[in-house]
Amino acid sequence: MIKIRNLVKRYERLTAVDNLTLDIEENEIFGLLGSNGAGKTTTIHMLATLLKPTSGTATVNGFDIVHQPAKVRESIGIVFQAPSSDDMLTGYENLYIHSLLYSLPRSIRQKRIEEVLELVGLSDRKNDRVKTYSGGMRRRLEIARGLLHKPKVMFLDEPTLGLDPASRETMWKYIRRLVEEEKITVILTTHYMEEADMLCNRIGVIDKGRIIALDTPTNLKAGLGGDIIRIKTQASNAEEIAKGFDFVHKLEYENGFMVLSVKDAKRDLPVLLKQIEAEYADFTSPTLNDVFIRLTGRNIKEAPEGGFSERFAKYD
Amino acid sequence: MPNTTDLQVHLAKLYAIWLREFKVFLREKSRLVASTFTPILWLFVIGSGIGSTVSVPSAPDLDYQKFIFPGIISMSIIFTSVFYGSYIIWDRKFDFLKSVMVAPVSRGTVFVGKTLGGMTNSLIQASILLVIGASIGISFNPVFILQAVAVILLLSFGLTSLGLALGSYMYSLEGFQMIVSFVVFPLFFLSGALFPLDNLPAWLSVLTAIDPATYGVNALRTTILDIESNNLAADLAILTAYTAALGIFGVYSFRRMKAV
Ligand SMILES: Nc1ncnc2c1ncn2[C@@H]1O[C@H](COP(=O)(O)OP(=O)(O)OP(=O)(O)O)[C@@H](O)[C@H]1O
Ligand SMILES: [Mg+2]
Repeated sequence: MIKIRNLVKRYERLTAVDNLTLDIEENEIFGLLGSNGAGKTTTIHMLATLLKPTSGTATVNGFDIVHQPAKVRESIGIVFQAPSSDDMLTGYENLYIHSLLYSLPRSIRQKRIEEVLELVGLSDRKNDRVKTYSGGMRRRLEIARGLLHKPKVMFLDEPTLGLDPASRETMWKYIRRLVEEEKITVILTTHYMEEADMLCNRIGVIDKGRIIALDTPTNLKAGLGGDIIRIKTQASNAEEIAKGFDFVHKLEYENGFMVLSVKDAKRDLPVLLKQIEAEYADFTSPTLNDVFIRLTGRNIKEAPEGGFSERFAKYD
Repeated sequence: MPNTTDLQVHLAKLYAIWLREFKVFLREKSRLVASTFTPILWLFVIGSGIGSTVSVPSAPDLDYQKFIFPGIISMSIIFTSVFYGSYIIWDRKFDFLKSVMVAPVSRGTVFVGKTLGGMTNSLIQASILLVIGASIGISFNPVFILQAVAVILLLSFGLTSLGLALGSYMYSLEGFQMIVSFVVFPLFFLSGALFPLDNLPAWLSVLTAIDPATYGVNALRTTILDIESNNLAADLAILTAYTAALGIFGVYSFRRMKAV
């Protein structure tokens, strides 16, 4: 659905997107995960034809982003990092104006507007000025606007930035629903690990303009070497038994616990417990945050030098 | 050759841009009130104050207040139109423009739509002033009114274009103040809105001749008061040329404006 080839965006002093090559399949939720200033927004802006690449190419829905911008625009919907509706107008009016800009036939205009309002749960507030909306409602209105013309591809730049945990989960629900109901491909950017993990079929970890890892969340985490099981036991043969299993990669002792590295604790722990008389057992799975730290040597909240967060401070 | 449906699609987009401008205009009442109040203040305070001591040599029968009436209408057009254009800085700051530019709409359409919005705005304000003009004894007839409306639309098209073009190069609201000092006030003061142009020092004559608003003021004076210059056709021709040039400059500026 999207083919990116050697895409580069260079500003005077830095390279915001550095030789990006990537394919995004139809009907997937693809996540670009990266810290502030990683180049996520810059990438989205180039794909949405708002920014000219310094070099390289990409096609969206088969259309070249540099040479066929109008075709690309008809194919995409986008939710920007910062809200972009006119807050002097009502939700409905904002959508109406965009329905004209996207040349929705008169006969279906109103029906389609009601439909997208329903989808994002704003029907009862449609005649209120956007000024009076909460942050979450504004974001949902932006999603509705992005969906109006039934785009093939939807870009969501930090769709849940600044939302509280409850609204964030509602937003995830909407995003999943729109992939199911509208059959579209979603590219979202985020620096919330949990979001990438819960929502995305595949994740590209982007750092300083480069994709440094690309896989499903499960595989990325599995790449770290599986889960960690901790067992407390008095049994003297425990170590011997544990070492007898193939799935145990490593065995250590820590604070009186026997610590085992295994591939999949949910399957392996019950097997172990059948053989070992344990007083206590638990396990932890690696998170995407562990993946990120492994890949970049940083926590995702720490921006690389010269982060870009200031510019969007008001939403963070 | 575009067929009718192409044309309709195009007009619908133009209408969309205009509609947004118009709705915002209707809702920003304070803007309308403020920008109508200032010209009224000028008309009555400056008009009567200065009018009590001076008269216009080329038209001794005409009191000063009446003389500056067309100038005050021009004043309202100059301020409103150029400001209107430069609100584009806000649109960009609040990302509304980005949402328009990512839609399949040409920059030219966005430009013209916004200009039409500015013209509507100016026309409404000028109409209010024209009505107030009746109270100072200005008499109208339908032909004059039609001519005046044509001049108002021409002038405001040109000046909204200018504001939009300048605004498209600016990224901060501080730039706004520059537009006021270096564009709006000179356009107004040099237009002859407040004084007759017959006996000016040479340097000032040159400047007034360069100011596009001069031709608008002249044309309005001719149509509304039937004095000053009798070469309405020449004024209109020059004004049209200016307006066309500013329109082209505006479209050019919009095309090269960065979207993000
Ligand atoms: N107009 C610009 N001029 C110069 N540098 C820019 C410009 N826009 C972005 N950059 C730089 O490009 C880099 C990538 O920015 P981008 O906005 O794509 O990051 P991001 O991943 O979206 O970050 P965030 O999570 O903060 O939104 C940053 O270092 C930023 O400073
Ligand atoms: Mg960003």
